[in-house]
Amino acid sequence: MISETKNTNKKLSPVGLPGRHGSISTEKPKNAKQVIVRLWDYLKQQKSLLILVFVLLAINTGSSLGASYLLRPIINNYIIPHNIPGLIHMILLLASIYIIGGIASVFQNRLMIKVAQQTVAVIRTDLFSKLQTLPLKFFDNNSRGDLMSRFTNDVDNVSEALNTSILQLFTSAATLLGVFILMVYISPMLTLVTLVIVPIMLWTASTIIKKSKGYFTSQQVSLGAVNGYVEEMITGQKVVKVFCYEASAEAEFETINDDLRDKATKAQLYSGIMMPVIQNLNTLNFALTATLGGLLAIFKGLDLGGLAAFLQYSKQFGRPVTEISNQYNSMQSALAGAERIFQIMDQTPERADPVDAVALVHVNGNVVFKDVTFAYDADKVILKNISLNVKAGQKIAFVGTTGAGKTTIMNLLPRFYDIQSGLITIDGTDIKQMQRSNLRHSMAIVLQDTHLFTGTVIENIRYGRLEATDEEVVTASTLAGAHSFIKRMPKGYQTILENDGGNLSQGQRQLLNISRATVAKPSILILDEATSSIDTRTEEIIQKGIDQLMQGRTSFVIAHRLSTVRNADEILVMEHGEIIERGNHETLLALKGRYFELYTGQFN
Amino acid sequence: MKEYFLFFNNYKKALILSPLLVIIDVICEIVQPELMSKIVDDGIGKKDMTYILYTGGLMVFLSLIAIAGNVGNTYYAAHISVGFAAELRKGMFNKIQQFSFSNIDKLSSASLVTRLTNDVNILQEVIMMSLKLMIRAPLMLLFAVVIAVRINAALTFIIAVAIPLLSIIIYIILRFGLPYFEKVQQKLDQVNVVIQENLLNIRVVKSFVREDFEKKKFAISNEALRAVSIKASGIVILIMPVMQLVMGLSIVAIIWFGGNKIMAGSFKVGQLMSFITYMTQILMSLMMLSMTIMMLARAGASSERILEVLNTESDITDTPETINDNLIIKKGKVQFENVFFKYHSDSSEYVLRNINLTVMPGETIAIIGATGAAKSTLVQLIPRLYDVSKGRVLVDDVDVRDYTLQNLRSQIRLVMQQNELFSGTIKQNLKWGNPSASDEDIIAAAKDSQAHDFIMSFPYQYNSVLGQMGVNISGGQKQRLCIARAILNKPAILILDDSTSAVDTATEKKIWESFKAHLSGTTIFIIAQRISSIQSASRIILLDDGAIIGIGTHNELIKSSTVYQDIYNSQQIKIAVL
Repeated sequence: MISETKNTNKKLSPVGLPGRHGSISTEKPKNAKQVIVRLWDYLKQQKSLLILVFVLLAINTGSSLGASYLLRPIINNYIIPHNIPGLIHMILLLASIYIIGGIASVFQNRLMIKVAQQTVAVIRTDLFSKLQTLPLKFFDNNSRGDLMSRFTNDVDNVSEALNTSILQLFTSAATLLGVFILMVYISPMLTLVTLVIVPIMLWTASTIIKKSKGYFTSQQVSLGAVNGYVEEMITGQKVVKVFCYEASAEAEFETINDDLRDKATKAQLYSGIMMPVIQNLNTLNFALTATLGGLLAIFKGLDLGGLAAFLQYSKQFGRPVTEISNQYNSMQSALAGAERIFQIMDQTPERADPVDAVALVHVNGNVVFKDVTFAYDADKVILKNISLNVKAGQKIAFVGTTGAGKTTIMNLLPRFYDIQSGLITIDGTDIKQMQRSNLRHSMAIVLQDTHLFTGTVIENIRYGRLEATDEEVVTASTLAGAHSFIKRMPKGYQTILENDGGNLSQGQRQLLNISRATVAKPSILILDEATSSIDTRTEEIIQKGIDQLMQGRTSFVIAHRLSTVRNADEILVMEHGEIIERGNHETLLALKGRYFELYTGQFN
Repeated sequence: MKEYFLFFNNYKKALILSPLLVIIDVICEIVQPELMSKIVDDGIGKKDMTYILYTGGLMVFLSLIAIAGNVGNTYYAAHISVGFAAELRKGMFNKIQQFSFSNIDKLSSASLVTRLTNDVNILQEVIMMSLKLMIRAPLMLLFAVVIAVRINAALTFIIAVAIPLLSIIIYIILRFGLPYFEKVQQKLDQVNVVIQENLLNIRVVKSFVREDFEKKKFAISNEALRAVSIKASGIVILIMPVMQLVMGLSIVAIIWFGGNKIMAGSFKVGQLMSFITYMTQILMSLMMLSMTIMMLARAGASSERILEVLNTESDITDTPETINDNLIIKKGKVQFENVFFKYHSDSSEYVLRNINLTVMPGETIAIIGATGAAKSTLVQLIPRLYDVSKGRVLVDDVDVRDYTLQNLRSQIRLVMQQNELFSGTIKQNLKWGNPSASDEDIIAAAKDSQAHDFIMSFPYQYNSVLGQMGVNISGGQKQRLCIARAILNKPAILILDDSTSAVDTATEKKIWESFKAHLSGTTIFIIAQRISSIQSASRIILLDDGAIIGIGTHNELIKSSTVYQDIYNSQQIKIAVL
């Protein structure tokens, strides 16, 4: 049994520093090879398109190299000997090479974008689908911000790399190789200049990258500090005002802001310097080549056309070198991003239903807990020996201080978490033997923190039962006491809610959530602090509606306000994960125990 | 735009040097092909080795100067752009410190954070890019054209065709392509909303077994994003091949016309080579220029959001005419005189209407009423978090607007419903209430707010760090820390706005007892849902829809007010069972 909650779904390893496109990022994938193999699994779904892309890439690169080379025969064989018909011939050839190259480039780029976007869409879908299968424990252990950043930053980095980096990398490599071969072919001697300059370029590039990586890390740390401080102070700005903390905040901010300025200046300097320096080194290369080329033309008989083509190539040499070092970096952050995406995909999903799992046709709502023990983490037991016997139609209330384990019990019933020992049954069936969807369909849960979906009011309520008619929705919201305020909204049930129902009060959102649960017509209803923000008079109205709805069905209520729980069939007083008192309101008061204390303390 | 000049103040020297260095760099680079053509035509043609070495040496020398110019420019560009961003951030942050509550409500905290972080970063990047390219690209373009014309004026027509042709094509492509990027952003936002809401509602999704429903919802927005992304990138990606083509065909034209001229003897091979190089340079510069313009256009939106912050004036400030520095609150008497209030001057209805109330020093006043009755609004007028629309609020018989904000607020402590603690130790947080408080004062305040015991249970006690990396505290513990922070300087007036809701009743009772003992001189306002929390008040104010509908002690109200009876009864059934 214990093996069911073994330590899967634990916290994902921390998110590295999100790499920004174009900047030199500091992150590296831990296992690049494995990540590439898995990315390839996605890419190869479009193998034929990809092959086409590379064929076009070869044509494109070849034509641009070839066009430059044609300068040699054009000068040597046609211009210098004054051969006009031949020149016309060559000009037409040159023009068609450029046109072919241009067309190849158009299709190569467009196809690659298609491949990239297709792939990214599949990755996104897989990631989202995977998330739907993961157990709650996973969501407890990983912050929303972190998961969102995997969807946005990381997927973005992968998309960027697929869109441009791969093509650029291969084009640059092919160009470098082609240029080099042609240079040697034209004049091995003159190539020596390039052979001297290129290592200097590479050395410079790697030195700058190495240096800037260090500065980038410290910039990122400072930036994190500034962003964190801004976030905290701006969100808490009202507190700042109340305590007249403005001057201190300004002083504190100045310190970390200055620190960021110093670090960022260095980082920007080093990252900004690479491209121009490489470009300039290439100009140096050009100058030296021109000089040596001139000398070779005099003393070694290098042909003018050859020199022209060679100089053309040496002018082209700088770009692929910078391009490769740039793209190498964005490839790195893309791989690191992909690795984090795959981390989620590797999480263990909720346990599959056993093959012989049953689906109850109708759930009456007899709920039994027998010696249930539960811990989120193996070393810290939250619930100890909980036993309960609830008949269909009963209303059960849990009271006790925060952290007593009330919410945890309610999380066990829909199997958000699986218990370590003991047994939970519904209508006599072990919930582990029920199909999970059948189990969850039989109940509805209303939580304290209420979030809504973007969409109309009616869509939000209908989330409880997708096939509910408009009339059923209205009936449900009337029972839940939400109808009157919905009617007063600008477009009634068709009002569109955005930003998590931004304009609604907490109480109104709770009413919508109760409506959503009501429309589901559950056999078991769980209200976890569901009315905490609703004033006591409205709560009475809701309570009547719910009682009417839950006639013959089972309901569980967790509440801070004892007025909410008074009329329950059985009240369970919890403390430190154990039920310490049970009975109805009168018997518990007569007991003069913890409930009596809570109750009289409250009403003194 | 002139708002930004201020933030460049420290970088005037750099702002002059940076473009100067660019000019040096550009000149040194742009003459290279010209010199090269001299080597070919004069050096090789005349077999003049010294000339070649001399010219070559000059080229090498100039390219080394170019490196220096370029590095220098980057150095200053980095300083200016990062420095500007830092100054701008500081300016915005300090501006926000002056904002009133209604300023913050209007611009929203989340959006302010984005403006201070993302938007400033975008401007920084744009400035860096501009300093490197905005002068460089047009200058390169200009010089290249001039030199090309000088080499052979007759071939200039090729340039005269190529530049407008490429410009128009780029313009058309961007014109059609860029709007799609806005659509991409919209679709991306939609995808993100689905993900975010799914994560936020994961328990709801699971409990209603809506995983497949969510997947379908996601698939729809994801597909829309994919389609529009392909469209957007597919258009803009055309720029590169078009550029390639225009460049190629220009070269073809140069070779054809130039070749003919060479045969006619009016043009040289070296000149042909350098003309081709200048042509390439011209078109590349044109591309750079259009990219920079595109970036500037994109940064426009960020700039607008930043300027909105800089140009927002706080509506609550010290008014120099009436303000009196020496005025401080000593007793804590509070009066409302015919107070009316609305949040927006253009809204038709008042949130508070005709409030008249006098509270004597040391009194404890409870305010109750349904959600939306404007209880919080009422108390926030006392420390001038909002200003009244009509009427006056007086503290110690002086209009609150006549105190300096500092003097007023330091004696009025408000514990809000939504309260924040900040990262740092517990002690650092408590000291917000009084920076000069001694350890004894801090412990005393923590004891009064029933926070001392749980603080001592943490491993580092008062030095325990709060927040993500530190100890976790429950909602009730947080509320007690906030109360301790508020009472640390024994304020003349203390306002507790529903700030014990997560504290259990027994503890709450103890807090009240210690307040009675140690804060007897303090005027206390308390807003609460539970009747039990407010029974110790000397008077209870019943607020309904922005108006006072009853004032009195518990016993008076239970007799006179049916609304109060209703509230009381809904919490107070069958006590007789005892």
